Amino acid sequence: MSGSRLTHLKRLEAEAIHIMREVAAEFRNPVMLYSIGKDSSVMLHLAMKAFHPSKPPFPLLHVDTTWKFREMIRFRDDTAKRLGLDLIVHTNQEGVAAGITPFTHGSSAYTHVMKTEALKTALSFYKFDAAFGGARRDEEKSRAKERIFSFRTENHGWDPKNQRPELWNLYNARIRPGESIRVFPLSNWTELDIWQYILKEDIPIVPLYFAAERPVVARDGMLIMVDDDRLPLGAGEVPETKMVRFRTLGCYPLTAAMESRAATLPEIVEEMLIARTSERSGRLIDHDEAGSMEKKKREGYF
Amino acid sequence: MDQHAPAGFVDYLARHEQKDLLRFLTCGSVDDGKSTLIGRLLYDTKLLFEDQLASLERDSKKHGTTGADIDFALLVDGLEAEREQGITIDVAYRFFATDRRKFIVADTPGHEQYTRNMATGASNADVAVILIDARKGVLTQTRRHSFIVSLLGIRHVVLAVNKMDLVDFSKEVFDRILADYRSFADALGFETLVPIPLSARFGDNVIERGEALGWYEGPTLLAHLETVEAARDTASGPFRMPVQWVNRPDLDFRGFSGTIARGTVRPGDPVVAAGSGRTSRVKAIVTYDGPRDAAVAGEAVTLTLEDEIDISRGEVIAAAEDRPEVSDQVSAHLIWMHDERLIPGRTYLIKSGARTVAATVTDIKHKIDVNSFQKLAAKTLDMNEVGVVNIATQEPIAFEPYATNRTMGGFIVVDRLSNLTVGAGMIDFGLRRATNIHWQALDVTKAVRAGLKGQRPVLLWFTGLSGAGKSTIANLVEKRLASLGRHTYLLDGDNVRHGLNRDLGFTAADRVENIRRVAEAAKLMVDAGLIVLASFISPFRAERQMARELFEPGEFIEIFVDTPLAVAEERDPKGLYKRARAGEIKNFTGLDSPYEAPEAPDLRLEGGAAAADALAEAVIAHLDRGGYLG
Repeated sequence: MSGSRLTHLKRLEAEAIHIMREVAAEFRNPVMLYSIGKDSSVMLHLAMKAFHPSKPPFPLLHVDTTWKFREMIRFRDDTAKRLGLDLIVHTNQEGVAAGITPFTHGSSAYTHVMKTEALKTALSFYKFDAAFGGARRDEEKSRAKERIFSFRTENHGWDPKNQRPELWNLYNARIRPGESIRVFPLSNWTELDIWQYILKEDIPIVPLYFAAERPVVARDGMLIMVDDDRLPLGAGEVPETKMVRFRTLGCYPLTAAMESRAATLPEIVEEMLIARTSERSGRLIDHDEAGSMEKKKREGYF
Repeated sequence: MDQHAPAGFVDYLARHEQKDLLRFLTCGSVDDGKSTLIGRLLYDTKLLFEDQLASLERDSKKHGTTGADIDFALLVDGLEAEREQGITIDVAYRFFATDRRKFIVADTPGHEQYTRNMATGASNADVAVILIDARKGVLTQTRRHSFIVSLLGIRHVVLAVNKMDLVDFSKEVFDRILADYRSFADALGFETLVPIPLSARFGDNVIERGEALGWYEGPTLLAHLETVEAARDTASGPFRMPVQWVNRPDLDFRGFSGTIARGTVRPGDPVVAAGSGRTSRVKAIVTYDGPRDAAVAGEAVTLTLEDEIDISRGEVIAAAEDRPEVSDQVSAHLIWMHDERLIPGRTYLIKSGARTVAATVTDIKHKIDVNSFQKLAAKTLDMNEVGVVNIATQEPIAFEPYATNRTMGGFIVVDRLSNLTVGAGMIDFGLRRATNIHWQALDVTKAVRAGLKGQRPVLLWFTGLSGAGKSTIANLVEKRLASLGRHTYLLDGDNVRHGLNRDLGFTAADRVENIRRVAEAAKLMVDAGLIVLASFISPFRAERQMARELFEPGEFIEIFVDTPLAVAEERDPKGLYKRARAGEIKNFTGLDSPYEAPEAPDLRLEGGAAAADALAEAVIAHLDRGGYLG
């Protein structure tokens, strides 16, 4: 065996770069879904590598539900500016006008209108024919079977039983007008790989990932951060200050914090290695019903 | 690192960064306990988290098949439909890691109709774990799985004899199964074959040794997976890199981005663009992390060259002194993956490296029964069948045999109309060197010949049902053209089927070949400067498209003689509908064989509504408008 064997992170990096270049070469109008989270940060870093010395030949798209943590929005704008990239921010204005919030309509209806519908509208409006997403196969059971190039119908639907076979590193990019492909360059990464890579490459991430004292309320066994005065407090609920951090960042009332003292990257990774709670349990949307992620994906959620 | 952290832990991370990656696939029949085995690996390497365990316990009660115990299979069967049916229907990828390695597992379904999924999972794996139920021993599926694993180039196999708890952990049972397996697997040429007796349900020999299997002296499954040296040595051997993307941020920089398929590259190395044969030297290996002294197979880089040579996506940059073969005809193993069968002669797209070219299967040498490994004669390949075929590509491609290099030898087949991936292939060897067939540059050109005749050559392609009136109209058009002093020729079923194509019948494959020959003959006639009229049912869009693509823009006019089936059948000029209805003729277009109407013909004639001479005049008028009549 030759001594030049690549480490697992090097192989994952090369695979992601290969995928991104295929998309840039084969599609007319690709876009990168940018959710501001750590996976998006890694995906964006890989895009910078893939096309260097050119800039990534596609814009970033952020679907803003208006319920993102304020630090996330700040980080998003700083990142786009720092890297000199086009950033498209899209909000479902009809949803806003209809007064849809996670509190008034429940997390399921809210997610459908402000995320799934908003995303579909944005993709159709800009006529994007390929959209990168940072999803990983280890996140959730239905993701484990998703292709790297995942075909979507004109209505953005996903048919898990009728996926194109995907062999070697040969991706079938052919679609008809109106159809599109969701592309997942981080498919084969695990959460630990993501953290190790952030550490190795020194990739900037939203400070919310690091433990700090923040105001939270305990609700259904989860710690919800009080990011602004839009969070309705129940009877007897008083925000208290705790040392917390986030393992995953979504919309603030739907994403729970965890108590932690991990304030540096090595400490986070160390905590990861002994962690006993998987990542998506910090997101309330997956608890709604069995197989709920598969259902959302069929409807066009990322 | 300026972050504060326990020093020992930072070392620990550094070690973890040095792990390598092993990709393996598991294959077995529906009840061999494959999902249970993977669930067990995930569970015992402690990669299950509390909430996943809680959900697993809940699901075990609801759907489980193991009574009160935890059903590990539920951990990996992802999609709702599978959970209900209790079977795995698609390739799923799982991840776990130990201190030595990170593992990616392709969990592939075992039953017959999903062979294509197994091939998909095997394409990126270096090791295969083939499961056998100790109670059942070697089954037909075992032979099939082993064959596909071997076909996709996996050289390292673990024979996991599972459910040993149900045969009293018997060494005799295990030995008998192993002997059965070796009796056919020796022919498949695996480099290593490691048989392991185990019980996935109770964990014996998965990670920990099983006490009841004390007679077994080999490694546990995990111990073997952690140490097996299965990675291909792609870093040695001549350099090859398919160009994915031409990197041009500004006029001063021109780089070629791609993933190295084989070998090592260094600045100063002499290289060649394999397709064009142009040579240069590597100027620099450009990466985001700075210039590199060398890069090896598997790395994604950008190369700049000393000379300005024309290289675009799909070209292969290769070592100048050791070039890959370039050919437009190859012999390959082909796995068909779609329920619409392969049609030899039909034009498909194949994607190989970063290159997509039109290609046809020109010959099926034989198909291989994946259960018995026997060679069988075949005219087509159905879903999940494997054949040895000759393939002709419209342009030459640079490749290496799949056995030498997976990236340079593997390709997928895409249907041009549905855009679906319908097959996957592995190149065995080239059939002739493309360099031998450079086109003869001719002095008397098509333009010269057409000029002598004072006309603009064109092909009028009449398509429609039998009895639609195609030949009648084409005849009238030819007479009118002759009266206008044009040089013409009419090709139709009658004058072609009795000579050029008399060896062809009316199966889908023969219809495709019929049209291909007609189109090629018409192309020569157009080249000779003639106005050609072709009158053929030509029921399939794909073949009409193939014919169109042989011609320059404006040289191919598709005329759809759109006569309703009822009218054509009523006319029945040759009595064919009557015979077909009586069952005397099979594969009759419009009855038991489909007619795919043109979606956007250049001219549509309502064959049921107007008289033939009026329709012929409409064709002449169309030609006049298009400037074909001068």
